[in-house]
Order: sequence, then C-alpha cells, then structure tokens
Amino acid sequence: MSEAAEVIEAEARRDVRNRWLLSMPALLIILLAAAGPLLIVVVYSFLTPGPYGDVQWQPTLSGWVNVFLERDIFDETLSLADAHVSIFMRSVWLSLVTTVLTLLVGFPTAYFIATRPDNSRELWLFLITIPFWTNLLIRTFAILQIIRNEGLINTIMIKLGLFASPVQMLFTDGAILTGMVYVYLPLMVLPLYASMEKLDFRLLEAGYDLYATPFQVLRRIIVPLVKPGIIAGSILVFIPALGAYVTPSILGGGKNLMLGNLIELQFGQGRNWPLGAALSITLMLIVMVALLFYVRNAKGAGGRHG
Amino acid sequence: MARQFSVRRQTGFTAIAMMCFFALYLPIAVLVVYAFNAGTSLNTWEGFSLQWFVKAFENQQVIEASIRSLQIAVVAALVATAAATMAALATTRTEPYRGLTLKYAFINQPLMIPEIVTAVALLIFFSRIKVWTGYSGLGYLIAAHTAFCIPFAYLPIRARLENMDLTLERAAADLYATPWKTFRYVTLPLLWPGILAGLMLAFVISLDDVVITEFVKSAGQDTLPTYMLGQLRRAITPEMNAISTLFLLLSICIVTVFFFVNKKRI
Amino acid sequence: MKRIKTTLALAAALLASTGLAHAEGVLNIYNWGNYTSPEMIKKFEDQYKVKVTITDYDSNDTALAKVRQGGSGFDMVVPSQNYIPIWISEGLLLETDPGKMENFKNIADVWKDPEFDPGRKYTVPWAMGIVGTVVNTDVYNGDVNTWGIIFDTPAELKGKVNVVPEMNDVIDAAVLYNGGTKCTGDLTILKKVRDTLVKAKPDWVAMEYGTIEKMGSGDFSASSDWNGSAFRQRLANPKIKFGYPKEGFVNWSDNLAVLKDAANVENAKLFLNFMMDPENAGMNSSFHRYANGIAGSEAFMPADMKDAPEINIPAEFASKGVPSQTCPPEVQELYTKIWTELQK
Repeated sequence: MSEAAEVIEAEARRDVRNRWLLSMPALLIILLAAAGPLLIVVVYSFLTPGPYGDVQWQPTLSGWVNVFLERDIFDETLSLADAHVSIFMRSVWLSLVTTVLTLLVGFPTAYFIATRPDNSRELWLFLITIPFWTNLLIRTFAILQIIRNEGLINTIMIKLGLFASPVQMLFTDGAILTGMVYVYLPLMVLPLYASMEKLDFRLLEAGYDLYATPFQVLRRIIVPLVKPGIIAGSILVFIPALGAYVTPSILGGGKNLMLGNLIELQFGQGRNWPLGAALSITLMLIVMVALLFYVRNAKGAGGRHG
Repeated sequence: MARQFSVRRQTGFTAIAMMCFFALYLPIAVLVVYAFNAGTSLNTWEGFSLQWFVKAFENQQVIEASIRSLQIAVVAALVATAAATMAALATTRTEPYRGLTLKYAFINQPLMIPEIVTAVALLIFFSRIKVWTGYSGLGYLIAAHTAFCIPFAYLPIRARLENMDLTLERAAADLYATPWKTFRYVTLPLLWPGILAGLMLAFVISLDDVVITEFVKSAGQDTLPTYMLGQLRRAITPEMNAISTLFLLLSICIVTVFFFVNKKRI
Repeated sequence: MKRIKTTLALAAALLASTGLAHAEGVLNIYNWGNYTSPEMIKKFEDQYKVKVTITDYDSNDTALAKVRQGGSGFDMVVPSQNYIPIWISEGLLLETDPGKMENFKNIADVWKDPEFDPGRKYTVPWAMGIVGTVVNTDVYNGDVNTWGIIFDTPAELKGKVNVVPEMNDVIDAAVLYNGGTKCTGDLTILKKVRDTLVKAKPDWVAMEYGTIEKMGSGDFSASSDWNGSAFRQRLANPKIKFGYPKEGFVNWSDNLAVLKDAANVENAKLFLNFMMDPENAGMNSSFHRYANGIAGSEAFMPADMKDAPEINIPAEFASKGVPSQTCPPEVQELYTKIWTELQK
C-alpha cells in the first residue's frame, strides 16, 4: 500500500471515530432515557405481580398468558381473555377507521393546498400547521366542549328542533373516533401535501388529452403518484392512534378503554405490572409490523425521494 | 369552451377542504370565545369578561405548573438541540460507514415507539433509580424530555445540512482555519436556521408532552399539561378555557416564527 | 463566542433554578382530587412559612401503587380507612403518634381510637362520609334510595349513569345489593356480584371520578357517589338528590398520614396537628362538604351544612349503614379479580 493511500485511510478512520464521538451525547441520552429502559419492560413482563403493584422477582409466564387467556374466577377454566382481546380489536379498529377518515378528509385538503397559486398556498399551509403545533390536550378539550351534552352541537340541534333532548355523544366510541380524527388530521395532510407539491401537472394534462374523466385522472394518475405520501400519512396517523392515551381517557370516560388506557390501568388500579409490561411489548410489536409494512411499501413505490 | 377548464380541478375537493378547515378551527374558536364568557356556562353567552384569566393568574398551581413546564422545555430543548446538532454533523455529508444505519434507527427510536410504552419503561426504570439514589427532582423529567426531543430537533438540522455542500468548509480549511474556527465561522452560521427550527420544534414538543410526564413525575411536579389533564378528568371550569387560550397563543407565536424562519432559505 | 457563553450561562442558571423546588419549607401532599380547601392550605402556608404542593389521585389503588413503587417524593397521603391497615402492614406509613399531639383533644370521642388505627398512632381524620347514589330528579323521578339505580338502571337513566371507579365501593355496593354482608367470601354471592356488575355495565355511560362538574353539566344524570360530592352538586343544581340505598351502604372515613420515606417529616407533623384544629377542619369541610370528625369544627362551617340531607342521615336509613373495613386478603383477591374482569 502506498503511503498516500495509508494517509487517506488513517484520515478516514479518524473521521469515523470523530463522528462516533460527536453522536455520543445524543445516543447516550436516548439509550438512558428512552431505548434502554425498554429492556427492563421485557424483563418485567416475565415476573410475578406484587400484591399491591410492583413485581416480585420470581420468573413466570403468567403476564404473557394473561394477555390472551384468562382463568375464570369461579370455575377456574381457562378461556380467551375476552376483555383484552376486545380492547385490542377495538384499538386496532378505531385506529384503522381514524386512518381512513383522516385520509378521506386529508387527501382533498392537501390537494386543495397543493393546487393553490404560490402566494396563497403559504397561507393555507400555515393554517394547517397551526393545529399541528397546538397542544393535543387542548385540541381534545376543544372537542370535548363541542360534543358534551350542553355543548355546541346539542345546543344547536335542540334549538333547531332536531333533537328533543341532548344526545349522548361524549364517552362513546364515536367520541373517541371524532377526537382522534380531529387530533391526527394534520399528520395526514402534511406528508400528503409534501408529495403532491412535487406533482407534475403536465401528466394530468396528458391524461385529459387521452379523454380520461377527472375521476380516472385522480385514480390512475394522481393517487399512484402520491402513494408515498398516502403511506407516510397513514403510518403517521395509525401509530399514535394505536397507542393513544390522552384522547380516549378524556373522551372515553374510563369505560371505553383503548390499549393505552388498559396498559396504564395495570400500573395503577389493576396492580399487575407484568401484564402491563407484556401488553406494552405487544403494542410495540404491532407497531413494528406496521413500520415494516411501511418500509416495504415505501421502497415498492419507487422511492420517490425529493 | 363554456367555462375555463383546469386540469387541476377535482369536483368536490375544494368543498371538502373548506369544511376541513372549518372543522379544524371551529372547536378551537369556541374554546377561545368561552374563555371570555362572564358566566360559568359553556353554551350560553353571558357577556364579555376577563375574570377567568384573572382566576388563572391567581391560581398558584397553574402558575407553578407553567413555570415548571417552561423550565423543563427550555433545558430539554437546549440540550436536545445541542446533542442533535452534533449527531446531525456526524451522520450527514459522509460516505456510509459501519453503524450509520444503527445511529439513524437509534436517534429516531423515540419517534417509532408509542409514547405509552416509553412512559411505562421510564416509570419502572426511574422509580428504581429514585429509590436507590433518593433523588426525586426534576432531573428525571428533563432527561426524559431531552430524549424524546432529540429526533424532533434532529430532523430540520439534518435536512439543512444535507442541502449544504462541503465546498465552503474545505475552502476555510485550505486557508488554515482550525476545525473549530471552520465550524464556528462557516458551518454554524449556515446551519443556524436549521438549529433554530430544531430548537423551536423541540421546545414545543416538550411543552406539549402529557403521557411521559404523567408517568414519570414525582410529588409536586405537575407540568401545565398534566395539571390540565387532571382538571379535565375531574373538574372542568372556564378557567381551563382561559389557560388553553394562553397556551394556544404561545404555540401560535412559535409556529409563526418557525414558519418564517424555515421559509427564508438562503 | 460571546453569544455561546451567554447561552451556556443561561442554560446553567435554568438548570440550577429547576433545583429550587426542593428548597426547605416544603410539604408534598398526595390527596384525592378536588378534596383540599385552597384557603386552608393558604392559611397553613402563611402560618408556618411552608410551601405546600397538592397532587391528585382518584382511587385508593392508584395512590397505593404509586407510593409503593418508591421514590414518589410525597410526604403525606389520605387513604380510606379500609386501606389503612394495608398501608401500615406494607410499611409505608411513619409512626408519628398523633395521639400525643397538642390538638388531639379536639378529635370527637368516637374517632379517638378507631379499629383501623388503634390509639391513632399513624393517622388523623380528614373526612368521613357515605357511599350512595346521586340522581338528577329532572331526568328520573323514582326512588333514588336503592342500588338499583346503578345495577338495574331504570329506563330513563340507561346510558346516563356514571360509576365512580373505586374498587371496594363498587363491589361492596353490589354485594349489599345481592343480599350479602360486607367482606363476604361466599362464592355464590360473589358470583352473583360479578354477574350483576357485568350485566349492568352496558347501561353505564362512564366510570369517572369527576362527578361534581359532570352531574352539574348534565353529562351524567346519575352516579354512584359520596355524600359530600352530592352536597356540592345539589348546591349547583337543587334537582340533584343523594340516595341512601335501602339495601345497605358503607360508612367510610379518609385519614391523613405521613409516609415513611417522607423528606419533610417535621412539616408533615405540623400539618397533622394543624388539621386537628376545629377552625382548620371546619374550613376544609366548607370546601369538600363532608363531616370531619373534629369536635367543634361545626362552628366554622356554613349554616347550610347543619341541616343538609346529605350530612344528616334520615332516621329510616340510619340502621342501614355498615362500617368500612379491610377484608381478609383472600377475599380482597377475589374482589380484585372481579374488578379486573369489569374493566373491559
């Protein structure tokens, strides 16, 4: 090896070492206060619950068994943990519906913004960004005030004579759904807009020249081109929706639980930390599957990186 | 042609978009309007009054929680942005090297794991440390906030770096500038808008956090969002509207600054 | 460079300021939400130059779990009497001997030597009350003095009933409704209890702690509730009525205690003594609207408390009350299982 090559190689090694040193603070902070503790959750999921919360250091699988199975209190028979399974199903279902609804509303909205003239587009974009930066709790509170029994909707409907008495909307699955769509909508619109912004509108023109209807243009040209945005938006909505805690705990009334609330319950009233740990890991695994799906499809879509 | 035909037009899209904007802002508008209501009612207007703002300012718990929120957000955002800047410098403008993908995954990890899972992990981990060390101060909240703020601060900084080539830095080095001087007088000024954006994003993210704070906080460590969560579940008064309105105002100020900093590309 | 230095200095100052919360003269109280008079706390702060923080919880189990995990940083807690033996046997409470404190003489005789804390070695009374029902009579005009409101919800109230999610309150109510006695381990009764609860739950709208405001706003039309809470609801809306269930109801008390790992023991002891002063206890009752077990405190309460139907048990129901007590561990375990099954 020539001397020059050696110098270059030494330089490159030094560069990589410096780069590791530079990234150390960030990596360490995340290891200590985010990623590392996840391992402890795994350990806890295999321990015995203490009588009033916490754990006893006796390994057992009961935490994991409890995720899917339950023993009847009175006849000791083992059956499917209906409670947990139904909460899982409900969480996944509500998150999917939230994703679809945000897409149905978000797609035209993002398209509308992307097709504005340059000077007004900024303004519309700004208007969609504000809620994105606004506290989620406050936005949930805003929905609460609209749908409660003496809220705006019931008041107006009663004044118009459409409702005889207040209709119970708060503390229902519908309330959770409304809240989640409202709260996560900007997360759908922003990535959709980002991919529509790059849309080459001459392609649409070509479509019309070939006598396509507007709907055909939408379905055959626009949707395939903005697919990466659709997938990114769906993932950005689906994942936080699945782990949602604040919205269902304020709008669900402690009766219509989602996974996040079920997990929290185990660390408080439920006094079953291992079960809570096992449920957390299960949630994490579902999210991982969703992310893998995203990575696969994002690549399949031709990797349109701007 | 009877009327002007636009290839961009899709029937009904404008209507849906208008409804979407209306639906996004109506609840917020109602919330703000009733913060100024003279009565306690949330559905009948009883005249203009600032009494709920006065009440909020006289509420010791609200003031303390707000100060605590700001303290945590400022410290966490500063530390997170510093760490994220270094990490961004270390992961951009380079040939791929061993561990680079791992670094990406690690830095973005807090974005990928549901918040509730991280919250549970920190509850378990920190409660052990609290018992061992006897320290139960704000340090835990700051550490937790810093960790989940890093990926948010990292995003705009990395984006900015990727649009900067190394020409200027090389030129500086050719003129015998030390690496520090090159960084200080060449890289940093160019990177500044990205860092500022990252800082603001991290600040807002920290200020908004409910779940992790709720699980990690010790005695008397309510932040404004966890205080509000408790109130929303127990006793809602128009005071909450007043607090929310002020919080909204702060967020809007920050977005506006962020929006214009980010738009002004050099 | 200068700017960076200023920034660093600023950051350091901020970091330092975050430590200030742990200065001397602090008292961290962990209590039920909406249960502490702000005026009374203000008086204590001014009198002893101590900064008080209040953190809320909404069930005995939550409080127990949070404190038991350690390092919570709280100095004082207010558990219900049926949980106090658990707190003591788990070694979570500090033996402060309030029985020897100056103001102990003010405690009403019946509360001087309670079963759950013999000789008052750990606790001081905070409030005492009843678990019953609360109904908005605009919505339902039938009999409110029955657990049927919750467990066989009348048609008018279906989908409008809230249940306060305090495990033992709910299960005790269902036990009494099914003709059992408190703390029963009888499996046939408990099976009925489970079936009652599972069958009733679809008629409930929520399982929330915050009834005072939500009954007032009409989000709930009925709820299982505590009498002081019902009292506050009636003051806001005269149509809201508290029911003494004829099947039986539990009399409870919540008691203030100091935690073993408290950092501010001296301030906590000052507060224990402070709470046994009739004027202070009366001030607190004027806020939470429960009786407080301190003799002479009535003089410091508003006049409407003297003849309130929520505070003075009507003669016909007086015999229906049963004292709250800690159930044997094996029974408690069954209760927990039933409760878990209810959390679908």
